[in-house]
Formats: sequence, structure tokens, C-alpha cells
Amino acid sequence: MKGIHFTRKQLAIPYGLFLTCFVAVPLLVIIYYAFTNGDGHFSLANLIQFFTSPNTIGTLCYSFAIAIVTTLVCLVLGYPIAYILARSNFRSKSVLILMFVMPMWINFTLRITALKEILTAIEGNLAYYPFFNSVIGMTYDFLPFMLLPMYTTICKLDNSLMEAAADLGASPLQVFLKVTLPLSVPGIISGVTMVFLPAMTNYVVLDMLYNSTYIMGSLIGSYFSAYDWHNGSMIALVLLVLILIFTLMTERFTDDSADSRGGALL
Amino acid sequence: MKKHVKLWNRITSLTFAGVILGMTTMIVQPPMQVNAAEDVITLRVCNWEEYIDEGGWDEEELIDLDNGMNIIGENSMVEDFEDWYYETYGKKVKVEYSCFGTNEELYSQLTLGDTYDLVCPSDYLIMKLMTEGWLEPFSDEFMDETGEYNYYAKGVSPYIRQVFDENEIDGVPWSEYASCYMWGTTGVLYNPEYMTKEEVSSWAVFDNPKFKRQLTLKDNVRDTYFAVLGYLKSQELCDESFLNQEDYQQQLAEIMNDVSPETISEVGRLLQKMMGNIYALETDSGKADMITGKIVANYQWSGDAVYAMDQAEEDDVYLAYAYPKECSNLWFDGWVMLKKGINEDAEKKHAAEAFVNFLARPDNAVRNMYYIGYTSSIAGGADDTVYSYLNWCYEADDEAEEVVEYPLGYFFSGDDADKDYIVSADAEMLDRQLGAQYPSKDVIERTAIMGFFDETETKNINQMWIDARCFNIKDVPVYAWVIVIFMIAVVVILIAVHKKNHL
Repeated sequence: MKGIHFTRKQLAIPYGLFLTCFVAVPLLVIIYYAFTNGDGHFSLANLIQFFTSPNTIGTLCYSFAIAIVTTLVCLVLGYPIAYILARSNFRSKSVLILMFVMPMWINFTLRITALKEILTAIEGNLAYYPFFNSVIGMTYDFLPFMLLPMYTTICKLDNSLMEAAADLGASPLQVFLKVTLPLSVPGIISGVTMVFLPAMTNYVVLDMLYNSTYIMGSLIGSYFSAYDWHNGSMIALVLLVLILIFTLMTERFTDDSADSRGGALL
Repeated sequence: MKKHVKLWNRITSLTFAGVILGMTTMIVQPPMQVNAAEDVITLRVCNWEEYIDEGGWDEEELIDLDNGMNIIGENSMVEDFEDWYYETYGKKVKVEYSCFGTNEELYSQLTLGDTYDLVCPSDYLIMKLMTEGWLEPFSDEFMDETGEYNYYAKGVSPYIRQVFDENEIDGVPWSEYASCYMWGTTGVLYNPEYMTKEEVSSWAVFDNPKFKRQLTLKDNVRDTYFAVLGYLKSQELCDESFLNQEDYQQQLAEIMNDVSPETISEVGRLLQKMMGNIYALETDSGKADMITGKIVANYQWSGDAVYAMDQAEEDDVYLAYAYPKECSNLWFDGWVMLKKGINEDAEKKHAAEAFVNFLARPDNAVRNMYYIGYTSSIAGGADDTVYSYLNWCYEADDEAEEVVEYPLGYFFSGDDADKDYIVSADAEMLDRQLGAQYPSKDVIERTAIMGFFDETETKNINQMWIDARCFNIKDVPVYAWVIVIFMIAVVVILIAVHKKNHL
């Protein structure tokens, strides 16, 4: 019997189609809008406006601050959990994972509404602590994105490396700092990348929580709802470039750690 | 903008084509019944969300009026219309009913090429569509008050008729292209437990530090602009000499439609200051936040205020509605037919006009009012169903502490002194549902309609709206700068250290 065979090229067709329709084409449209004005002529006015408007730069700085703190909080909360989950014994593991994944099954609208009520009960009036609330809301929403990549990476770590380090006289703390942590850097990096960008732009969370904290996403949203596609697209594009730089920078760490892992294996 | 529209069109149609292709191949289509397609008139209606009776009332909800009418919504209004049209005219009509969320959204749908036959935009969009030549005029037959089924011509309130006849675009009255569906005002929904009537009597309430972080404005540039402008011009608007001048209404409308760059930037500055005092900008959450007590005052549309007051009563919270003394915004939502949709199809136009008339039938007007909380433009003419419903809702019962006479003749017969239209209402109702649903003549005199703005004005006002909410570079808290600079430093150091270690 001869089975059905697909070449690699054929297998890539569905995703290629998806990519073209929903990623490449929209991106081209964004670029087109970003560099044109209302009359459809080429224009750099949007780019200049981005960097000269004190409002855009101010909002950018504030969004960066929110995103950085959110990412750090996610990291601090997420790493120990990912570590515990990955390193715990097999039987309780599935239950633990379930406990962490289950909240994700509840619609996020509902979760944020619940969070709003809890925060109101604690603070009295949400409007007095916009920064704190934004960070809590974002962390609540994005923690799983930080957790899962780190969990997978730590799971895959070769236990014998830790054992070897311990045998050679390293204390548990040293084992962690010199072996486990450096080896889990790729997971941390992908977690950070997955949290950082949405934390800067996902204003739906903030809108639902308390609709007056303005971040870069809200700015894009406002331009779009005013039918100013040009400025909105330019902001989206600049953010894209910023994130690209950020990713390129973090890639160095990933490469380095791959090297060091290679070294360790030798 | 035409070029972009085309591009967008192509992109959207491309995506849609893909989606539809996918769907049709996945879903096995049930055999469709084709009842001779030519005989069925398809009417594409686009209305605001939750802006029509969708039926399914409980039996206890039956409205039994003094004039003998018993009103209940069993089926949705749209289904009832289809049945009624078949019974009355012997022709089948299929209504394709869809909804929009904001006027801007509707306008953008229309420019992107969506076609509807009958839509229900607000006053300023009606004016814009009229100016741009989108609309199909109503027929003479529709205007004829003697026609048996011309419920709109027969029943529309004299006051509304006057507004729609007197307001003109390029010399053409609104009434030629639009028929009013619902109307109302904007005002302040407040909790009398925390706020006195005096405090809420001006738009300045939103800048009152006593209620810091307990107030909300609308997340909608036009509405909030109006409120802030009213506050900005408060002194001028309340001045005796201004109030007593002959063309007061016209002057008022002029001031409230001032979108000169100077005024816009003044409003922007004031708004930015007010943003530090309010809780948030909202579109929908304000009603719930009023009931839970998170906020004590909420800039609100009259119909939503009625709805919120009704809801709050169920939780034993009593809210009230106030009209600021400066001025309040008078608005209308009206049915207009689109040239592109009707496409000179006489049958379709007839069906569209019949739909408007069906909604204007007094019992249907009551059904819609009951269901959505807004005020219908229909007074009923010779039919007293709407007025009976008003009495059914608001006539004072024996428990009322103070009963007042509330004249509404201006709306029902055109004469405010008309003895037939004076409601004996519970005094506190004047500041609550009754006052919100049917404002008194005094309030009406202090209202202004907000027109549409041209492209540059719209651009300026939108930019002001964005700027007012952004963090200006000066306002970014120090800790935010510290965090960002610290983080950049950390990343740079980490990279440097790594490089050094691995060289």
C-alpha cells in the first residue's frame, strides 16, 4: 500500500496562504498608509509627527514603563512557578499544570471584570492608582505567556548536568545560578518577548479595567477610530521597528547561551 | 480619499471572498426554499444596536392602557412588520436587519460600499448625508396625512415636525429626506444622595473637586466637546442679556457649534484639566458604575438615563437626571433611505416607507419606547395611545407626596397651554424618568442641535481629543522615566558584560 505523500513544499502551502493573506498583505497596507498623507501622496509627515509630538513621546515613555514593570513582575512571579512545575515529581505535575492553565479557559473579558471588582474593593477608587492597576491588569492577562515558554525550557533541561555540578561540589544555590538559570535563558527571552509587546499596546485590558490610562495601543486605536489611518499606521510601524530592535538585541543572549550549552556538552 | 477606499474595498472583499469560500465548502448547505425570488422584496435595514423591540416579553409585562389598548411584544418588531406588510399589501417582504455602533462606523460602512435601503443615523450624519447627496427623498404619498396607513404623517409630534421642517440643508428641510424615530437630550445622571440639585445644575459639576474621581464623561468626542464647551462658555450663556435677546436660540446654537481652532484649543486645555478630576471616559459602563456607587455623576443621554434609573430602582438606588443651566444637546435619530440601496425600485421604496410607518403606529411606538427607554417622535395625532402610555407610566398614584401639573402640550398638540396634555405627576418624577423622557418646554428652549463639521474641523477636533488624553512629555511621572532609563541601562550593561565574557 502506498500512502499519501506530501512534499515539504506542499505542506507549507496552507500556512503560506495564511501568512500572505493575514500577515504580509496587512503589513504592506500598514506601510503604505504610514508613508502617505490624506491625498495618497508619499509623505514623511507622519514619521516627523511621531518624533516631534510631545504627546506621542510622553505616551511612549509611559507605555514603556508599564511594559517593563509588567514584564519584570511576570518574570519574578513566573520563573519560580515554571521551575516548580517543571521540577516537581510526575504525579502532582499534571494537577499543578491544570491549576495554572484553568484560569486561561475562562474568557478574559470575564476575568478582567472580576479583577476590576476585586481591585475596587481593595483600593476604593481605581482612578487614583492608574499605573499600579495597569500593571496588575496586564500581569494578570499575560502571565501564562511568560510561564509556558519558561516551563517548556526548564522541562527540557538535562538533569545530569545539575547532578554533575552537585557532584563536583556546587551548593544548590550555585547549581541554580551557574547551571539552571543560564540554561533557561532562551525560555526567559521568549517569555519576555511575548509579554513585552502586548503589554505596551493591549489597551483593551486597560479600557475594561478603567478607561483612562492611555498607552500606545490606545493612541493607535484613537487615530483609527478618527479614521486617520496614516498616523495610526505610522505609530504601529514605529512600534514594530522598536520591537524588532529589542528582539535583535535579545537574540545575542540566546546565541550566547546556545554556545555555552555547546561548551557544557563538550 | 477615493483611492484608499478602493484599496480597502479590494482588500476587504478579498478577505471576505476567502472566508466565504472556506465556509461554503465546510458547511453542507440545507436545501434553500426559493419561493419565486422576484415576488419577495428584500429590505436592508441598518439600525443602532438594541434600538427596536425584539419581542419575547413576559405576560406580566402587558401594558394595559386606559384607552383600552393592550400592548405586548410577542414577536420581534421586524417579524411583525413582515406579517403586517403581507396582510396589508399582499406582498412578501424580507427584512435583512443589521446594526451599527456609532454614526462614524455607519458612515465608514457606507463609504466602503455596503448598501442598505433604510438606515437610522443621528441628526448630524443625516445633515452630512443630505449635503453629500446620499439620500432618497420620501414620496408625497408618505407625507399625505389622509392615507390610512400613513402613521408617521398622522402621528408625528408637532414639535418634531416643526424641527424637521425648520432645519434646512442648502434650503431643503430635513423632513424631505428624514423621518424622526427617537429623540432626546444629554444631561447629567446623578445620585441625589451625594450631590445636591444645585451642584449638578451646571456643566461645572465635572470640574468640582468635591467629587474628585467620581464623575464620568462620554468616551465620544462630540458629546464631551459639547459639555466642556458649555462649561467654558458658562458665564456668557447664563448672562441675562444673552438669555433675553430675541434670537437667543440661534445665538445659542452658534456658540455650541463653535469649532474655530482657538475654541478647540481652549476646550482641549479645559478638558485636560478636567481629566484630572473625573474617574474615566465611558460609553456603557457608566450606568452600572452609578448603580454600584463607584461614581456619583455621569454625563448621559436621556434614554440611557431612563434605562439606568429603571435598573437602579430594582436595586433600591434612586438616581436623578439634571439639565445643566447653560445648555443641553438636543439630538434626533431618524430614518433615511439611501439612493444606492433603493436604486429607483418603487416597490422597495414603498416597503421602506411602510417600515417607517409601521414603527410609527402608536402601539408600536409604545412597544419600542418600553423596550429601549428612549423617547419616540410619535405623539399619536388623533390616537391617544402614546399619551395614555405616558400616563400609565408617570401619573401620580395615591402614595405620591406631592403632585404637580406637568404640561407637555408642546409635544403632543403643539400648544403648551393645551389642557388635554397636562400630566398630574409625582413631583419627584420631574427630576427623574419623566423629566428625562419628556423634557419640559423650558428645557427644550435651552437646547442646541450640534451640526456636522467639515474635514479640517473634524481633524482639529479629533486631534484635540487625542492630545487631551495622551501623556504630555511634561506630565509623564518621574518614576516612569526612571524605570525606562534604568532598564535601558541594565540591558546595555548586560550586553556589554556578555560580549566581554565571550570574546
